[in-house]
Amino acid sequence: MSAGDEPRTRGPLYPLRRRELTAIDGALALLAVLLVVQIWLLTAALEAFLGGHRGVALPAAVVSGLLFAACCGLFLFIRGLDRASQRARAAR
Amino acid sequence: MSDEPKIERAEREREPLWREEVSIFAADERYVGRRQFAKFLVLASLGMFVGNLWLLAKSRFRKPAARLPAVPVARLAELPVGGVKLFNYPGPEDHCLLVRYAEDSWAAYSQKCTHLSCAVFYRAESRQLVCPCHHGYFAVEDGRVLQGPPPRPLPRVRLERRGDLLVAVGWEPQGDEASPA
Repeated sequence: MSAGDEPRTRGPLYPLRRRELTAIDGALALLAVLLVVQIWLLTAALEAFLGGHRGVALPAAVVSGLLFAACCGLFLFIRGLDRASQRARAAR
Repeated sequence: MSDEPKIERAEREREPLWREEVSIFAADERYVGRRQFAKFLVLASLGMFVGNLWLLAKSRFRKPAARLPAVPVARLAELPVGGVKLFNYPGPEDHCLLVRYAEDSWAAYSQKCTHLSCAVFYRAESRQLVCPCHHGYFAVEDGRVLQGPPPRPLPRVRLERRGDLLVAVGWEPQGDEASPA
């Protein structure tokens, strides 16, 4: 197999949809990581709450809210990419 | 290579959006697309946030603890040094143990391990409360975790000495409540 036969993964000839899918996959992976952090945060906050450390609840809720906002932002990014892709396909 | 797959793909790309979203094939219903997966992740994230808000509400708007009854537990004369007495406090299903670990020192704890609620027992030779399920060890003096998986100290019963009688009168506060304001 020559170098010219290899599938292109960079540059202007790389199909638009493929690049979008790569971006969406990356965003999904980041979403999953943020969710895992949120699960850990809830577990730790619950553990502290049951241990009588009630002061932890407020910072944990604030950080969890920020993580949720980041998840929403990533979701909007994915939806925007998807819609842009659909518009581009419809225009072709 | 024939042009047939390219033609098929072009045909498919010309399909309206609803045909992509709603498939007539039963097998496609089990297929989870990226969009659905992203929605699921965001909803799960919302669930975690709501859980944290619930904890915050519980810690801010908690009711004052109800006054627990005073229950006689044991007479000092009947409890030798190193001796243990099992009792139930405050309800009949709440198992506790009273330990006299020195001549003038005693303590009572909930018998439920804070890891997975196995019953702890007193080991006199090492002066430790031991959970046999996952080898959790607690100090008999204050119930703190010495070793093993338990995440919190054992809940301690507040005792009052009335003459020769030890009386359980409630629970000792833990965490932030235990520290002076």
